[in-house]
Amino acid sequence: MGAALIASAAHAEDIGNAEAGAEVWDYCSGCHEVGQGAENGIGPHLNGIFGRPAGAIEGYNYSKGLIREGKNGLVWELDKLNAYLENPKALVSDTRMSFDGLETQEERDDVMAYLRQFSDNPQNIPEAAPTARAHEVVLAPEILAIVGDPEYGEYLATECTTCHQIDGAYDGIPSITHWPEDDFVVAMHAYKVKVRPHPVMQMMAGRLTDEEIAALAAYFGNLE
Amino acid sequence: MTLNRRAFIGTGAAAAAALSAPHVKADNHAGKPKVVVIGGGAGGATAARYIAKDSKGAIDVTLVEPSRMYYTCFFSNLYMGGFRELSSIGHSYGGLAKGGVNVVHDWAVGVDRAAKTVTLAGGAVLNYDRLVLSPGIDFVDGAVPGWDVTSQNKMPHAYKAGSQSELLKAQIESMPQGGTFAMVAPPNPFRCPPGPYERISMVAHVLKEKNPTAKIIIADPKAKFSKMALFQEGWSNHYDGMIDWIGSDFGGGNVEVNANEMTVSIDGEVTKVDACNVIPAMKAGRICELAGITEGNWAPVHAATMQSRVDENIHVLGDASAQGDMPKSGFSANSQAKVCAMAVRGALTGSKVFPAKFSNTCWSLIDTDDGVKVGATYEATDEKIAKVAGFISKTGEDAALRKATFDESVGWYAGITSDMFGS
Ligand SMILES: Cc1cc2nc3c(=O)[nH]c(=O)nc-3n(C[C@H](O)[C@H](O)[C@H](O)COP(=O)(O)OP(=O)(O)OC[C@H]3O[C@@H](n4cnc5c(N)ncnc54)[C@H](O)[C@@H]3O)c2cc1C
Ligand code: HEC
Ligand code: HEC
Repeated sequence: MGAALIASAAHAEDIGNAEAGAEVWDYCSGCHEVGQGAENGIGPHLNGIFGRPAGAIEGYNYSKGLIREGKNGLVWELDKLNAYLENPKALVSDTRMSFDGLETQEERDDVMAYLRQFSDNPQNIPEAAPTARAHEVVLAPEILAIVGDPEYGEYLATECTTCHQIDGAYDGIPSITHWPEDDFVVAMHAYKVKVRPHPVMQMMAGRLTDEEIAALAAYFGNLE
Repeated sequence: MTLNRRAFIGTGAAAAAALSAPHVKADNHAGKPKVVVIGGGAGGATAARYIAKDSKGAIDVTLVEPSRMYYTCFFSNLYMGGFRELSSIGHSYGGLAKGGVNVVHDWAVGVDRAAKTVTLAGGAVLNYDRLVLSPGIDFVDGAVPGWDVTSQNKMPHAYKAGSQSELLKAQIESMPQGGTFAMVAPPNPFRCPPGPYERISMVAHVLKEKNPTAKIIIADPKAKFSKMALFQEGWSNHYDGMIDWIGSDFGGGNVEVNANEMTVSIDGEVTKVDACNVIPAMKAGRICELAGITEGNWAPVHAATMQSRVDENIHVLGDASAQGDMPKSGFSANSQAKVCAMAVRGALTGSKVFPAKFSNTCWSLIDTDDGVKVGATYEATDEKIAKVAGFISKTGEDAALRKATFDESVGWYAGITSDMFGS
């Protein structure tokens, strides 16, 4: 997963080529069904996915992370879906969707154009909301390449351990210890540019520099 | 521990150690810098733990705290509402002792700033190179006419947790059907700005189940309060008609109580009440005054290090400090303690000091699974701790988000208490 988080100006436009998207769908169809009579398989069915809150299909056994994002207000709009398909973990760290992501923007656009046809009432979805693209979430190699200073990370981390337990225990706030550093960096940037919806974490990540995020990733990633 | 540095001025450390070797425990560390922390609450426990942990034995840390069990004020309202057991909000100091902190259960009764010593009620005198004060709050005498600490069993404040919380809870539960609960709310600034209103929510929750025709009156010397729109929305959703908030615009600040008669007079109108929670105006814990570092009711500090503006060898944390924009909360005290710990280590051992960062989030529970929150980040300026950015829950949020917010607060409680006490 390489690439930077670039916020680009909002532009509503045709999402992509739905016909080409039908072929990209082959990557997904082993796990997901879409269209008339679609049922849950390994993954939930994707009918009406645009405008649908994350983790909303009753009876499907979602990951804790995806359910949490749904409760936080994550709705599958174009930019969020784009981020998830580019790198599922950027949006939901412990997602059960074990899929590396679609690397090119074109593939993502096309498969989203394809899925858009199966949104129950596409005409009811206000054009400006789900299809306006607010951000592109891409992760740049330069940002991932920053080597964090663990000593600085240790100090910065004291701010996090008021909520996240240093021994990794979970009592309602997720564990952030021993993560692969890249995943950690991606998650923090996703809060920083507000692709992930949680207000506390948006605030915490919002004032961290790229170096500080790297320092935290190094510290939490390498705890004894 | 009665080693008094003044006695050894001009003597080498080795000689001092030899002289007092038989009975002075701190002796084998005679050469180490000494930190004394007064108050083992949100600020003090965190500071003691971090200084001991991060200096890896290079600093002698002594924590002075009278209680063997610290009951957190945070979540004590949830105890009142029946959402938590009292035992679940009590914490002992074993984890700190294990972490290398010398925990002394006693009261500090005096600070000699010239000699850099602290005197304890038991008579011991402790030397310090740096003193950290986090004694929390005391009440301003005469703030509520008719009330003083001798009335606290009849009209509890329950603003220090433990027996006061138990007492108030028992009084609420034994109110007669259709009875009246009154609260006298405090003026700004005070510990935990949403605290009184979360408490009202919890009292209403209990009464709604056990005593649905009961009434709640709040006499408030303020015209508005923290998360006001969220609480008022919640009160009308969950407890419609039960709660009567009388703000300063309606005479809520003109109050007198009579604990023997169990009456409350608000703007001249006397009401007989069945339970009454008086939360008087607050000031820094008394030891700050005794140390001579207060201005008015609070102890002013430099934001970057939490050093007293009066004495650079003293740091003041949490509720007792006048620091600027942060609310007086456990989260704030914990956040300030880490900045202070870093500054103290830097000063005493030369370790690296990074720019101060502070943050706070306060959750409140309005009814079962209906949680809200407010939070902000802060930075140090020359004048004060200044707010950088913040957020607050919105009115009209859906039930799932409110439940997620409550679940998160439970996670935070586990996080902050293990961060304070190391277990
Ligand atoms: C009802 C209520 C609800 C609250 N809810 C929240 C919440 O949800 N979130 C939040 O962040 N905050 C909350 N708070 C606020 C929080 O409890 C305080 O802001 C916090 O405890 C302040 O920390 P402190 O270290 O300044 O003082 P404290 O935690 O009060 O600690 C002071 C300690 O010093 C000791 N002490 C005092 N004088 C001396 C002396 N002379 N010698 C030795 N020891 C001494 C005391 O015994 C005490 O243990 C709430 C408060 C109340 C009352
Ligand atoms: C290896 C199986 C697998 C593949 C391949 C896969 N997914 Fe998923 N997908 C899942 C699982 C499992 C989940 C549930 C994730 C969770 O609970 O965290 C999921 C969840 C989703 C969701 C969120 C649904 C909701 O209800 O919130 C979307 C959208 C999605 N996938 C789209 C796609 C698309 C588009 C593709 C192809 C580009 C794809 N997935 C490929 C298994 C897969
Ligand atoms: C006030 C409490 C609080 C503080 C302080 C806090 N966090 Fe969080 N954090 C949360 C909550 C709550 C979540 C879950 C958010 C969500 O659902 O998206 C979270 C989520 C995360 C995640 C994603 C976890 C996952 O499983 O996807 C990471 C990474 C993270 N935080 C890192 C940090 C770092 C680093 C800091 C310190 C700079 C920090 N947090 C400070 C409360 C906090």
